[in-house]
Amino acid sequence: MDFRLTDDQEALRAAARELLAGRFGRERLRAAVGDPALDRGLWRELGAAGFFALRLPEAAGGVGLGLPEAVLVCEEAGRALLPGPLVACHLLAGVVDGVADGERIVALADAAQGPGWWEHPDDCDELIMLEEPQGKPCGAYRTPAAEARAAAPPPPSSVDPLTPLAHLPGPSAPRTPLGAAVDVPRLRREAALLTAAQQLGSASRTVEDAVGHARTREQFGAPIGSFQAVKHLCAGMLVRAETARSAVYAAAVTESEQEVAAAKLLADEAAVRNARDCVQVHGGMGFTWEADVHLHLKRGWLRAESWGRAHVMEERLAAELLAG
Amino acid sequence: MDLTYTPDEDDFRARLRRWLGEALPTLPPRPAAADWPGRRAYDTTWQRMLYDAGYAGLHWPRDAGGQGATPTQHLIFLEETERAGAPYVGANFVGLLHAGPTVAAEGTAHQRARWLPPILRGDEIWCQGFSEPDAGSDLAALRTRAVRDGDDYVVTGAKIWTSHAEVADWCELLVRTDPEAPKHRGISWLALPMDAPGVTVRPLRTLAGTTEFAEMFLDEVRVPARNRIGDENDGWRVTMVTLSFERGTAFVGEVVACRRVLAALARTARDNGRWDDAALRRRLGRLAAEFTALWRLTQWNVSEAQRTNGVPGTGGSVFKLRYSHARQELYDAAAEVLGAGALDADHEWVAARLSSLSYTIAAGTSQIQQNIVAERILGLPKGR
Repeated sequence: MDFRLTDDQEALRAAARELLAGRFGRERLRAAVGDPALDRGLWRELGAAGFFALRLPEAAGGVGLGLPEAVLVCEEAGRALLPGPLVACHLLAGVVDGVADGERIVALADAAQGPGWWEHPDDCDELIMLEEPQGKPCGAYRTPAAEARAAAPPPPSSVDPLTPLAHLPGPSAPRTPLGAAVDVPRLRREAALLTAAQQLGSASRTVEDAVGHARTREQFGAPIGSFQAVKHLCAGMLVRAETARSAVYAAAVTESEQEVAAAKLLADEAAVRNARDCVQVHGGMGFTWEADVHLHLKRGWLRAESWGRAHVMEERLAAELLAG
Repeated sequence: MDLTYTPDEDDFRARLRRWLGEALPTLPPRPAAADWPGRRAYDTTWQRMLYDAGYAGLHWPRDAGGQGATPTQHLIFLEETERAGAPYVGANFVGLLHAGPTVAAEGTAHQRARWLPPILRGDEIWCQGFSEPDAGSDLAALRTRAVRDGDDYVVTGAKIWTSHAEVADWCELLVRTDPEAPKHRGISWLALPMDAPGVTVRPLRTLAGTTEFAEMFLDEVRVPARNRIGDENDGWRVTMVTLSFERGTAFVGEVVACRRVLAALARTARDNGRWDDAALRRRLGRLAAEFTALWRLTQWNVSEAQRTNGVPGTGGSVFKLRYSHARQELYDAAAEVLGAGALDADHEWVAARLSSLSYTIAAGTSQIQQNIVAERILGLPKGR
């Protein structure tokens, strides 16, 4: 047993971090706040770097890696606040043509158990829904993005400035079965895990941001990080992030339904509560649009609603206590 | 990220399981909670069985009489003994987890030969004389004085929170040998024989109603200078070398046990109708996530320790912060499951609920642990 990252995994994580820092640094992030349209050039670069084809076999043009590696890449994307349907494109690479290399962008939504919306409706080419339409079997169905938009009520104004949302289309939108190869429970499980990985990345990043601020911001003639009240907030943030990390990484290895539920629950909590504490450590500036931390909080809220909300995961884990 | 065990580790687990299956039925019945001599006898009997089977001092280095096991083997040992319902380390705690490793790391050959084998065999029990009424979280402020007189130190002062003091043979005692030096630099580490004249032990009744701890009064107690581990005035460093051992793997068995208790809570709630309450179900579901993660965090910390030759890292503080809180939440949830039954002090979950309050205080309060995390892991500046 050696739960630590292998050297290859460390290298993969470092490479993903470097790529994202270079292509989606703070300036790009700030620019995206005003204009959240996805950058297709960036998406193709992510495709070329293997973000989507990471787990496809090498014979099929993929990278041939596993779920732990996908978790590390999603964690880095979460750290960088990368917008866009990364999880959907990763899960549907090899299923929907053109997704693996970043040419086509698809959204994935759980119509049966999800929040009833999908992300980046104007940037995606297609919407894939997990649902059980009337008179049809439960499975994955595809709808062209324009038709999905046309068959839905006017879109909500998204709380996350970087993630435009649309309501899922009504029954009038056309749906084509995606094919028999789709394992819906597995898609749901992996989507939950990879979303948890993004939450973990965000939770770690807000610890660093809070600590960085606490080290340099001075009040009463001393860095505020020398005061225990602030120290303890930061320590609590690290404890949340590291506890979530253990759960997320373990779920990536075991792929068990229960461990994925635990990972999602704890990573959602870590992302959202760490973002709130990061706002608190930043004080007045934390409450402004000038600091980036509000973006972590809002994305954290959004992800917490997707692929297994707290009450769903808690009920699932509770049921397992009786089954075990 | 590899959570699979090697064939050697599987083999270690299988042999241990086999031995536990044979050994546990031969144990005498467990003594009552308040029967301290009985508890000492029970705990040392178990330690002797471990010794005879080659499991004593599993994580100690071989040259200290231990088995030189890897952190992973130690984890397996703690997991399997808990699963099998084997006794906990009990009265052997200080000897095996702190005093022994300290003597092993810092003692002379003569000192190691004198004190280590009896700990491993279960012949001698140690207690810890660190905290004082006025030196708790600020341990280095301790004032118990040791004045050199010929070949002895003459020790006078008071210690507190000394577990197993009534039945211990030895006490790892921190004393002030230089009152003029800065507080961390005037401390020495002594092995105090508990039967020395001038040692008085007064049991302290805890919030849980039991006498887990004692106060210890030292009135001109003579301790031979050869009982000092390390140099005079170097006792703070000597102590810190092994203090993190307490936090490294001390709670592995308890995490396994908590997961079992949680499943039992769910079954009890189903049987008494409280399972129909969604709020309670969700509370238990969240605790399931919590203890799953704590088990994985333990494996993470053990994997880290493997890299540093068994020296636990600061991950122990992260774990202790989360675990101590989770344990309190678990037994608060137990009270909700029990309803009015939570007022029955004899119920084991109620007793555990009471004792769970000590977890955020003992072995470094949560507030001190947060300082450690903030300063040593996150690199925040030391406060005033």
